[in-house]
Amino acid sequence: MSLPFKKPSILPGFWPAFSYTILYLSLIVLIPLSAVFLKSVTSTWSHLWRVVTSPEVVASYRLSFGASLVAGMISVVVGFLVAWVLVRYQFPGKALADALVDLPFALPTAVAGIALTSLYTENGWLGRYLAPLGIKVAFTPLGVVVALTFIGLPFVVRAVQPVLADADAELEEAAASLGANRWQVFRLVIFPIVRPALLTGFALAFARALGEYGSVIFIAGNMPMKTEITPLLIVTKLEQYDYAGATAIAAVMLTASFLLLLAINALERRTRKFMTMG
Amino acid sequence: MATVALELPRKRTSAIPRSIRRDPPLVRWGLTLLALLALGVFIVLPLVAVFVQAFAKGLPVYLAAIREPDTLSAIRLSLLAAGVSVPLNLVFGVAAAWTIAKFQFKGKSLLVTLIDIPFAVSPVVSGLIFVLIFGAQGWFGSWLIDHDIRIVFAVPGIILATTFVTFPFVARELIPLMQSQGSDEEEAALTLGATGWQMFFKITLPNIKWGLLYGVVLCTARALGEFGAVSVVSGHIRGQTNTLPLHVEILYNEYNYSGAFAVASLLSVIAVITLTLKKFLEWKTKEGASK
Amino acid sequence: MSIEISRIRKSYGAFEALQDVSLRIEKGELVALLGPSGSGKTTLLRIIAGLEIPDSGSISLNDEDATNSTARERQVGFVFQHYALFRHLTVAENVAFGLRLRPRATRPSEQDIRERVRKLLDLIQLDWLGDRYPNQLSGGQRQRVALARALAVEPRVLLLDEPFGALDAKVRKELRRWLRRLHDDLHIASVFVTHDQEEALEVADRVAIMDHGKIVQMGTPAEVYDNPASAFVYQFLGDVNLFHGRAESAETSVSYVRPYELEITPQAETAHGAVLAKVRHIAAAGPAVRLELLREDTGHALEAEITRDRYRQLRLSIGDTVGVTPRNIRVFAK
Repeated sequence: MSLPFKKPSILPGFWPAFSYTILYLSLIVLIPLSAVFLKSVTSTWSHLWRVVTSPEVVASYRLSFGASLVAGMISVVVGFLVAWVLVRYQFPGKALADALVDLPFALPTAVAGIALTSLYTENGWLGRYLAPLGIKVAFTPLGVVVALTFIGLPFVVRAVQPVLADADAELEEAAASLGANRWQVFRLVIFPIVRPALLTGFALAFARALGEYGSVIFIAGNMPMKTEITPLLIVTKLEQYDYAGATAIAAVMLTASFLLLLAINALERRTRKFMTMG
Repeated sequence: MATVALELPRKRTSAIPRSIRRDPPLVRWGLTLLALLALGVFIVLPLVAVFVQAFAKGLPVYLAAIREPDTLSAIRLSLLAAGVSVPLNLVFGVAAAWTIAKFQFKGKSLLVTLIDIPFAVSPVVSGLIFVLIFGAQGWFGSWLIDHDIRIVFAVPGIILATTFVTFPFVARELIPLMQSQGSDEEEAALTLGATGWQMFFKITLPNIKWGLLYGVVLCTARALGEFGAVSVVSGHIRGQTNTLPLHVEILYNEYNYSGAFAVASLLSVIAVITLTLKKFLEWKTKEGASK
Repeated sequence: MSIEISRIRKSYGAFEALQDVSLRIEKGELVALLGPSGSGKTTLLRIIAGLEIPDSGSISLNDEDATNSTARERQVGFVFQHYALFRHLTVAENVAFGLRLRPRATRPSEQDIRERVRKLLDLIQLDWLGDRYPNQLSGGQRQRVALARALAVEPRVLLLDEPFGALDAKVRKELRRWLRRLHDDLHIASVFVTHDQEEALEVADRVAIMDHGKIVQMGTPAEVYDNPASAFVYQFLGDVNLFHGRAESAETSVSYVRPYELEITPQAETAHGAVLAKVRHIAAAGPAVRLELLREDTGHALEAEITRDRYRQLRLSIGDTVGVTPRNIRVFAK
């Protein structure tokens, strides 16, 4: 039998609220976004292909993708550590530390960008100690990684924290009573519980890092072929009035974002299933 | 009549670490220090740097940078963009959350995914889409030029881009909150004779008010701080189409570091206020959720 | 006010929650909808209240068709399983809610509202809690506030969904007697849903026993207990033993006997027709003594309940063999 579109309910207001939701969503998000794909089909495929595979653009993919990947992995390690400490231990200033984790969400990216740059230039607070060691951060791919880690860290902490807090103490106690040592409990009980959340956190951080603009462009230095991220190339093309080129690169980025969004949704569903299973 | 004994249901307390779950002190302190160090270097230091640099040349220079007419006009434009986009997304967020949290219908999870799209799109692309529609070579470009209407590289474009970027915030906050509250109280109100609007204003709205406010705070913070999307649609005309973050960029690129950091410090203060409000509202929603 | 439900059907996708249910409840009656979870009893109650929309069938309140009227037009008092108290309002504000909503023409004055709330809080014996918020109350108190809130609007019928489900054993017993007395004072039709047969049999005037979306039997507590219509009803209303005699046709029917309907005799005095069984376990605490027995002929387990006096007389111990004679066997067609 075929199911009706909506299950009957006595609560009022479904149709007005639903219609408004769809209308507003279409006007603000769906129709504007479709412009990217509709616009990119107006130029020839060969031209589009030339744009998205030109050496400069490919170099930017490599940087954006690589730096996002590295930053995501650093975020996973550091984020897990921070989440662990915030959930498991008591220490003075814990509430403050917990609040500060969200700073990268709240701080405008341009502010983060200039602040990080000033820290890591050769005479900055951190840069002056790194320079003698031969480590250059500002205006190198490493700088991009630093900025993207700043952006990605809270995603991992906030994904892992609730899962770690909800993890049933009895599971660990059961494992310990069965003879597992501390490390085995961690490896065999705790880690499998938080692994889906870590993966979700990584995917969120990675997705955000791929598209990140404000915090990166200041510290990257934007040297062609070396430290140009993909979003910057879109801006550059626009400034040269190369709309078709900008649109083509945007279409590539959007496709990547959608795939990631789908992956993240699937991951979150799995995390939720995992959490309700216990 | 029988009297019923008072017995408050006890909450399960799991916050107290039990002995088997407690790590040895060396591990505890080592990991805590490591985590705090990481937070310090990655997050606190940049924040401190903003304020130190802002006041590096003394208070008079700082105040002069803030009082500059171009800065004041950037403040006005940022407030205007937030003032329009936040109420729009607020109404949308309530409607979307009501639809999604209280009803069962086909394609619901697709709708939830679609609402999340602006979070997944690069800010630069978010700006670009409006250039493609309203720009000189865009869908409506020639019509707009004929009628002498400017949308991109002007204030309407900035508002549109800001609305797009902050689109999901309120809805995202409300959907899980309303789902967890269920519909019992709404149904109770209806059986007691409430009309639809009475039910909404007297029951639903009071129940979600802290979560709603939380969504609005996050939405406002992002609206004031958005850089990438606005940068693409703004004409970068000082005193006219510059928001606060764009003004920071211009000053910075002109090597006016103290000015750039002075303006940046304003945005940082907003960020810190946001975090404080967020903590407070989180605490309030939790208090409201625990029955 | 009477309630007439006729030929109600409701399904959720492929699951049929109610299959052609009809029921009439008279004014002043207290009826229990009793059944296991998933039997459709809560769905039926919510349909009466107008909280759920039936796929087909009709509902009349006071012999007027109410099938298409909304929850708010039906003027029923509904007490939710988890109370659904408004968490942002005090106890007094919760109780006054329905009255304050009314359009000015029919709304009592603020003074009258306060007076009515005070009386209701008196009635539920919680007049001292008017300024508290729901999360400061115990389960039993919330239950009574929910009831007072439903009564404040002077409903034509009172509907209660598992009213005592979330309370502990002692509180539930006290509250259900209190509900019975309250119902007698109000003299309106009341329906409550429960999965606890003891509760239904003790409180209700009539019991409707539900299974798989159907009412399988309806009658007074004594009627349904003494003359169960099916094996399901018999099993659901109390502990049972599957009991096969010697000359039975096990293919076409099943026989049951309740534990207290088994006569236990010493092996020496075993009468003709009795079966022999070995005592496996004795639970001697409580008003009656429960014996776990193992039939020697079939190897089936039996449970018997005897008085303390009888137990002392018999001087039983584990491992003894006894004679078992059923006093009252029920045979149901398969």
